[in-house]
Amino acid sequence: MSEREKILEIRNLVFSFRTYGGVVHAVRDVSFDVRKGEILGIVGESGCGKSVTAQCILRLNPEPPGFFENGEILYAGQDVLKMKKKELRNFRTREVGFVFQDPMTSLNPTMRIGAQIEEVFLSRTDVTKSEVKEKALNILRLVGISDVERRYRQYPHELSGGMKQRIMIAIALVSEPSVIICDEPTTSLDVTIEAQILDLLKELRERLGTSVIMITHDLGVIAKMCDRVVVMYGGKVVETGDIREIFYETAHPYTQGLLKSIARLDMDKTDVLTPIEGTPPDLFSPPEGCPFAARCDRAMAVCQRYMPFESRLSEEHMTRCWLQHELAKGI
Amino acid sequence: MLKYIGKRLVAAVLSLVALITVVFFLVRLMPGEPFTSAKLTQQVADNMRHYYGFDKPLIVQYFQYIGNLLRGDFGYSMKYTNKTVNDIIGQTFPFSADLGIRALVLAISVGLILGILSALHRGKTIDFVCVLVAIIGTSMPDFIVGALLQYFFGIKWGLLPVARYLGFEYTILPSIGLAFYTLAQVSRIMRASMLEVVQQDYIKTARAKGLSDLRITARHQIRNAIMPVITVLGPTVAAVLTGTFVIESIFAIPGMGKYYVESVANNDYSMILGMTVFYGSFLILCNLIVDILYGVVDPRVRVGSR
Repeated sequence: MSEREKILEIRNLVFSFRTYGGVVHAVRDVSFDVRKGEILGIVGESGCGKSVTAQCILRLNPEPPGFFENGEILYAGQDVLKMKKKELRNFRTREVGFVFQDPMTSLNPTMRIGAQIEEVFLSRTDVTKSEVKEKALNILRLVGISDVERRYRQYPHELSGGMKQRIMIAIALVSEPSVIICDEPTTSLDVTIEAQILDLLKELRERLGTSVIMITHDLGVIAKMCDRVVVMYGGKVVETGDIREIFYETAHPYTQGLLKSIARLDMDKTDVLTPIEGTPPDLFSPPEGCPFAARCDRAMAVCQRYMPFESRLSEEHMTRCWLQHELAKGI
Repeated sequence: MLKYIGKRLVAAVLSLVALITVVFFLVRLMPGEPFTSAKLTQQVADNMRHYYGFDKPLIVQYFQYIGNLLRGDFGYSMKYTNKTVNDIIGQTFPFSADLGIRALVLAISVGLILGILSALHRGKTIDFVCVLVAIIGTSMPDFIVGALLQYFFGIKWGLLPVARYLGFEYTILPSIGLAFYTLAQVSRIMRASMLEVVQQDYIKTARAKGLSDLRITARHQIRNAIMPVITVLGPTVAAVLTGTFVIESIFAIPGMGKYYVESVANNDYSMILGMTVFYGSFLILCNLIVDILYGVVDPRVRVGSR
């Protein structure tokens, strides 16, 4: 897995929003990479910066009020942050697809499904009109929609939620991008539909070799889907590793807390879930030290003052926690 | 769709009947009656009352009126000698409608453009100017707008005729005067609606597709933002096309506007009823067209109406 070539690298990304209340430091020095054909999970609770990070990749956050303070996003050797308008549009059209959280509101209610898919090819001169329609119908079949000719002519409100999310995936995939970013793609769907959509994404990854960035707050989704995981907290990456390492050799207290707070089938009736007490840090004035220190039951004096260094536990496994520091061994 | 329009037409006829009935009895409740001029002798006044059927029971008069209405006859005016209400509407409505259409074209086109520009350049100078126009337009009464236009363009700079309605250059000032309020309203609503739509998730989807800003605005934003504008246009169109008392008086245009007001002051029963029925049916028609337009713009409405 680790031998796979990197196709997207995010380096020291810092992204903030200027608001009337002050500057919100949404993404604070985030680095990770995405490799060819993998499913990378980004997990964290609401407001930890995972969506903003993902939207930074396509520069979908409104700028202003948002702005990049630092960092680079490298795709095929090119920095997305330095792209000109035209290049950026091209990048969005061809290289990266994006599936949003709520399929109910993410499709234009006044446009037919077919037109919304075909629109992706609007600025491309290398495909003819009949090819475009053929591609649109094919992608609809590929995402598991039956009776495609009819669906092609329908409007979004005539479809169910699960079907709309399939359409969103179709839109994201139609130009055969090398990465698709799914921002909580199943949060607004019911559980059976969720399973179908996740299976579909997995199957599409196998068939097309597309890398998937899967943003979620649901560790169940992570366990089912991902090869590698990035755990975010307070605008920072607190732990990364392959799926086995995250679940079985959990290093960061936050990740441990997340794991303890999910229900499991093998639990006893008398077992209770352990929530993480407290609330995430205020990103208007984020703490100097570890963002999790205030909620961490193993916090030490140093945690309040200094942001932990990266500790590398294996080739893939990295965490930012003072407990992993040499001097803290044995605590 | 046809079934839907049919249903709406039935509802329209019912509301029209209700309108006629209410107005018919209401005008009789007004103090005074049409034939009170001091010039009329008792005998003449009685003859007139007999001629118009005032000596019959009210309910008989009502059904007589309905019967005449079904033949398209609004009856004689009780004030203007030898003129039927149909004549008066026939002579004055073309002027009002002509002026109204010009004003509407101006108000809708300029209003939409201002609203869109304003929303696209939110917080910039152009937005400020557009908002200012909108505030002035909605808060300044039309007799002031009309008078100012006449003063500056007609008298001070002598560019355009001050009044009357004799050719294209005569139509410009009253059209602007009549359009101003609607223009301001359209631009205000369009701006607000554009700003709301731009926050929608599907706009983000469109950006993620790599579409150009122009395409996103034209295809995704405007079409979805225009609905609230259509809503207000129904009653506005009816009101503007059937003439307005103030603008028509100021610019000495022989339109319908003044007859509304005068008919009430004169206790001219047939005129009041005729005008009300005419305006009422026009209003109902405009609202029907608006409802149909909804379906054209927004496919979700089409399904609901089946």
